[in-house]
Amino acid sequence: MKKTPKVLATAADLDARRACINTETKDKIFMCAGGGCIASGAMAVKTALLAELKKHKLDKTVSIVETGCMGPCSGGPILLMGRDNVYYQHVAVTDAAEIVEKHLLKGEIVERLTWKEGPKQKSVPVQSDIPFFKRQTKIVLRNCGIVDPNSLDDTIGRNGYQALSKMLTSMTPDAVIEEVKKSGLRGRGGAGFPTHIKWAAARQSPGDVKYVLCNADEGDPGAFMDRSVLEGDPHSVIEGMLIGGFAIGSSQGYVYVRAEYPLAVERLQRAIEMAREAGLLGQNILGSGYAFDLEIRKGSGAFVCGEETALMASIEGRRGEPRPRPPFPAQKGLWKKPTVLNNVETFANIPFIILNGGDAFASYGTAKSKGTKVFALAGAVNISGLVEVPVGTPLNDVVFDIAGGIKDGKSFKAAQIGGPSGGCIPAEYLKVPLDYESLNELGAIMGSGGLIVIDEDACMVDVARFFVDFVREESCGKCVPCREGTRRMLEILTRICNGQGEMADLERLSTLGNSIKSTSLCGLGQTAANPVLSTLRHFMDEYKAHILDKKCPAGKCTKLVTYDIDAEACVGCTACARRCPVACIAGVAKGIHVIDQKVCTRCGTCYNVCKFKAVRRNGKTK
Amino acid sequence: MVKTEKKCTCGGMAASDADNHARLAQVIEEYQHKPGALIPVLQIAQALFGYLPKDVLRTISEGLNEPYSRVFGVVTFYSFFSQVPRGKYVIRVCMGTACYVRGGQAVLAALEQELKISVGQTTPDRVFSLDVGRCFGACGLAPAVMVNDDVHQFVQPGQIKDILAQYRKPTA
Repeated sequence: MKKTPKVLATAADLDARRACINTETKDKIFMCAGGGCIASGAMAVKTALLAELKKHKLDKTVSIVETGCMGPCSGGPILLMGRDNVYYQHVAVTDAAEIVEKHLLKGEIVERLTWKEGPKQKSVPVQSDIPFFKRQTKIVLRNCGIVDPNSLDDTIGRNGYQALSKMLTSMTPDAVIEEVKKSGLRGRGGAGFPTHIKWAAARQSPGDVKYVLCNADEGDPGAFMDRSVLEGDPHSVIEGMLIGGFAIGSSQGYVYVRAEYPLAVERLQRAIEMAREAGLLGQNILGSGYAFDLEIRKGSGAFVCGEETALMASIEGRRGEPRPRPPFPAQKGLWKKPTVLNNVETFANIPFIILNGGDAFASYGTAKSKGTKVFALAGAVNISGLVEVPVGTPLNDVVFDIAGGIKDGKSFKAAQIGGPSGGCIPAEYLKVPLDYESLNELGAIMGSGGLIVIDEDACMVDVARFFVDFVREESCGKCVPCREGTRRMLEILTRICNGQGEMADLERLSTLGNSIKSTSLCGLGQTAANPVLSTLRHFMDEYKAHILDKKCPAGKCTKLVTYDIDAEACVGCTACARRCPVACIAGVAKGIHVIDQKVCTRCGTCYNVCKFKAVRRNGKTK
Repeated sequence: MVKTEKKCTCGGMAASDADNHARLAQVIEEYQHKPGALIPVLQIAQALFGYLPKDVLRTISEGLNEPYSRVFGVVTFYSFFSQVPRGKYVIRVCMGTACYVRGGQAVLAALEQELKISVGQTTPDRVFSLDVGRCFGACGLAPAVMVNDDVHQFVQPGQIKDILAQYRKPTA
């Protein structure tokens, strides 16, 4: 038997260790242990499975691998049977016995737990046949859902740290930057700035001390790509940062992670320790003389710290307030030293680019935007979770072909993309390719990848108000346009939602929005008006309905909603009258009930409790 | 602040407070020469004491040789730092986009009703504090509620009582 080197002193040691790793999946059950599936009870399922394996004396041969996010979070807990790639979802503790007895012992598929596709709910047992997986292209998520993030060997077995080894044995820093340039990789944090330009600028900046920072302060509500990468494949991020450090001449990196992501912090910390023990972080990495180490810094709940200069202020131990540029971080960044800051997803792409070449990466995507993009799908879609598609894939394909369309047979109204900095794309632009330029033209942005699908039940004015309220709360207060402007915008929007708006408010919103956009200090303020401006552009009818007709078409803005009772349908069960908090419903048992509109607070309780579809909201029943 | 808060009923609290101060001194010692130590030290201190009372801030200010004004400025800037005692369990109701559009508000209202406190407050027995969160990245499971580090998914207002019960009993 070959000897497995514990400390990898040279590139040959890494090869030797890889050669010893058994990549056979036959006797493995892969279990998604992403944050979503853990919340769905995956760990209890694991305990139950282990007990069943033991009962059937399979515990010595079959093992359960805890992986990172497999993608379809709404289907959790999820299992993938290594023997035949059969995919099980919504697995409960009580299913463990059947899975072991039927699948493992008899080789039969447990149909009721398989993926169901289409209106006829046809069973699609094998993962590679499922449209959700089949239509994706995984570069960033290449290891997510396959490797155990707590096992260094799992990653090495999937070519982990191979790009590092290739770089240290055969590449110069300039060659690394050239390869990144060839790949056409653009920053995945939102702005889409070409990565190689940042790296080259930091490399050229004079100084012995330089820093590599990873922005894992994924604050956009509706985004969980970076969390999933850190939880599912932390070594790819570490490797990407090691490569970045070599390219710019840095020996110290920091990962700035949100405090809301305890599991990501835990797994990343463990991965850093494992890499250090194996000699992949620290002095003289793989015998090359290159030294690099990493430290995690946890955020403390300030959205603005996702902005690069605010993030650096926060690492320095100060209030996370942005500062004007120039000087750019590549010249004067963390502790006034040249600094490169990239997002988690950007770094996770780097090992692929170095190992397979920039051209391989550039073969995906559009003329101006290369590679793939990870999107976090949520909202009114049938399958919410994490997907990765080539840049330029039409929105339509993502929402309908991959995510299975809109929940409960409702209709697609808009896709909110890019979080509080982004905008809403209406149904007529469903064919838009998801790339930086096309989305900008529609007043949205690619952003970090949060994609929230909105159905007919949501009010677009309310959605705009939600985001403005978010940025108002999160504005650091340093510059006036953002601090005061977002507050004024919120006041106007609240007025409109309450039925007190006037047509001149629309003009005010647009003028105010555009001035906030052009005069704010940092990206937070510069994009704060996007949700308002994009809804004004695409959903003017809804604004007008609120202002002119004093109606909220979606029935969301409570002050503009009316409830009444359909005399034909009311059976006089008294449920609504008993629950009404202001006692404004008159009627006796078995008699028709009537709502007193003058007293009604429009809380909707009657609408929700009525079992006979007699209570109507804006004239419509449930 | 009400004076009786300092009187504790659990007995061992006073001793553990001294332990916490000793531990804080160690942490300051350890971090003293690290650049950018203030925020990590504040995070550890908050985890030890549950909140950041004035005397703790003063110790940190002196220990790290940072002006008190700066320490105070940092504490008030970040929403995770609290200068008032918090509950044993901090409940954060996600108000991110996905949770908002899928009924997060109704869940928050149910919690407020059940705990009889509003956002930012702590129950008199100091078991629960109620906060609003900004997206936990659990959007696929909306609406989500976090109790300390546990994420609860697809929460319906009707489940609130059961969820709280899990945390109420094992205090013994």
